[in-house]
Amino acid sequence: MTSPQTPVLQARGLVKRYGHVTALDGADFDLWPGEVLAVIGDNGAGKTSLIKALTGALQPDAGEIRLDGEPVRFRDPLDARRHGIETVYQDLAVAASLDIATNMFLGRELRKPGVLGRVFRLLDKKRMREESARHMAELKIGLRSLTQPVESLSGGQRQGVAVARAVAWATHVVVMDEPTAALGVKESGQVLDMIRRVRDRGTPVVLISHNMPHVFEIADRIHVQRLGRRVAELSPGEHGMAEVVAIMTGALQVSEGKAVVADQGAARAIGLS
Amino acid sequence: MTVTEATLPRRLISTPVAGPLAALLLACLFFGLNTGQFFTGPNFSLIIQQVMVVGTLAIGQTLIILTAGIDLANGAIMAFGGIVMTKLAVDSGLPALLAIAAGLAVCAGFGLVNGLLVTRISLPPFIVTLGMLNVVFALTHIYSAEQTVTNLPAPLTFLGQTFRLGQTNVTYGSLLTILLFLLFAYLLGSTAWGRHVYALGNSPEVARLTGIRTRRLTVGVYTLAGFVYGIAALLLVSRTGVGDPQAGQTDNLDSITAVVLGGTSLFGGRGMVLGTLVGALIVGVFRNGLQLMGVPSIYQTLITGILVILAVAVDQLSRRRNR
Repeated sequence: MTSPQTPVLQARGLVKRYGHVTALDGADFDLWPGEVLAVIGDNGAGKTSLIKALTGALQPDAGEIRLDGEPVRFRDPLDARRHGIETVYQDLAVAASLDIATNMFLGRELRKPGVLGRVFRLLDKKRMREESARHMAELKIGLRSLTQPVESLSGGQRQGVAVARAVAWATHVVVMDEPTAALGVKESGQVLDMIRRVRDRGTPVVLISHNMPHVFEIADRIHVQRLGRRVAELSPGEHGMAEVVAIMTGALQVSEGKAVVADQGAARAIGLS
Repeated sequence: MTVTEATLPRRLISTPVAGPLAALLLACLFFGLNTGQFFTGPNFSLIIQQVMVVGTLAIGQTLIILTAGIDLANGAIMAFGGIVMTKLAVDSGLPALLAIAAGLAVCAGFGLVNGLLVTRISLPPFIVTLGMLNVVFALTHIYSAEQTVTNLPAPLTFLGQTFRLGQTNVTYGSLLTILLFLLFAYLLGSTAWGRHVYALGNSPEVARLTGIRTRRLTVGVYTLAGFVYGIAALLLVSRTGVGDPQAGQTDNLDSITAVVLGGTSLFGGRGMVLGTLVGALIVGVFRNGLQLMGVPSIYQTLITGILVILAVAVDQLSRRRNR
């Protein structure tokens, strides 16, 4: 992909070691404005470590991260959030017994103006509900009531709340870790629609997923992570699903934009040779 | 896309306090119909006096249980706080207000230690407070030399004094207890801090990832609970008029009983402090009513035990149905 713009989020040469295990081995990363970038990779390829490094959940041992071209260093997830990078974590998105509006504003509550808020710390629940309703409407998430606890929602609606919260606060990037993993077909469809709407609003999305059909349905580009590095950046239009999987597992290698058979046996086994 | 507010009746029914409140009202109705003295001002004043110490302990217990913790040491901490207040004032001749402040600080200090052990060394709250129960119990007996402290100066017994409300004498301590419940209902229900306590109890990891400083919050909750135990100590001292090293030995479990009867989940993140008030009142009303009916006190304990199991069973069943 050629673009005159600077990447929204970029990483060069990220390294992360845990004792003898190398999770990231000089990983690069580029996220361009307005795109949905899927990050795929086998288990242990360093996907999670890469995403954690980009969202402040771990500190890389070496390498550089740039946000809008400026070098940044995130001390913790909160720090990354302050820079406008919002993450929707798999299974860890919402507080189950709290209602939707409270979840939307968790950690960023609005207080009543004046003495009530300043001295008595009184929350402005009405305004938080109204703004939550607006955010939910923007993503076309239909809900009966914003005062119902999140645990009474379906999995898809719950994911919707998490996505809506991320989108509401993200000024730069939304990162989603396996957002459809626990969902049924219909609900997955709703979440994919939501991701499209987020992109169409102009916020780039990083999508970590194991689900190739979903990746091919929604991603503008695919970042393939393998053995702690980025081994390819592909476009779903130019490469087939089997080919992408083969690159992911190492059966094919990419050199100068062309897929080359690296492991004859493996390639033949999945029907590519 | 429609967003509607839950209507008031629906919200009343869905609030976790509805069940306990209904139980309390039914109990009152039952004892009112069976004994003549039950529905009188003085009797209600007595019930509140009888539950105010455990009720106040149960406020701190509620805070900790909401974070998915538990505090087995609160009765012991209260007893120690009471001894500190009375001994400093009587034996060491400290001004009474200073002695009270010292007692409150000591109780908050034990809470702080509990909180630090839970967060910094990641010990389970059950273990930390079980150990602390024994430590504080021993300290109480060592420091007091097994002696009851008497002849307390006026400020230490002030909360036991009464004022007249219509025909009824109400103690200042009862009033303070009610005010504390209202204060914590406000803090938990209407401030960001309260929302964070619930979020923490739901899932510490979710809370952390939304930017809540979960360790600091946990330490704060334990410390605040300790401070509230200090207030319970003052209530206890002013109610009994002595500093008693034997006090509060079953109050840890009684405070958990009140929390559970009030509909708060022992798994954290669900419940309300006003429910705890209702839970404490249920215990108080049953003891009082059964006593008025001439039922021996050991049967009161029996019935309290059955109530706890019943309350949790009903809670579990209703939750299963909701799923």
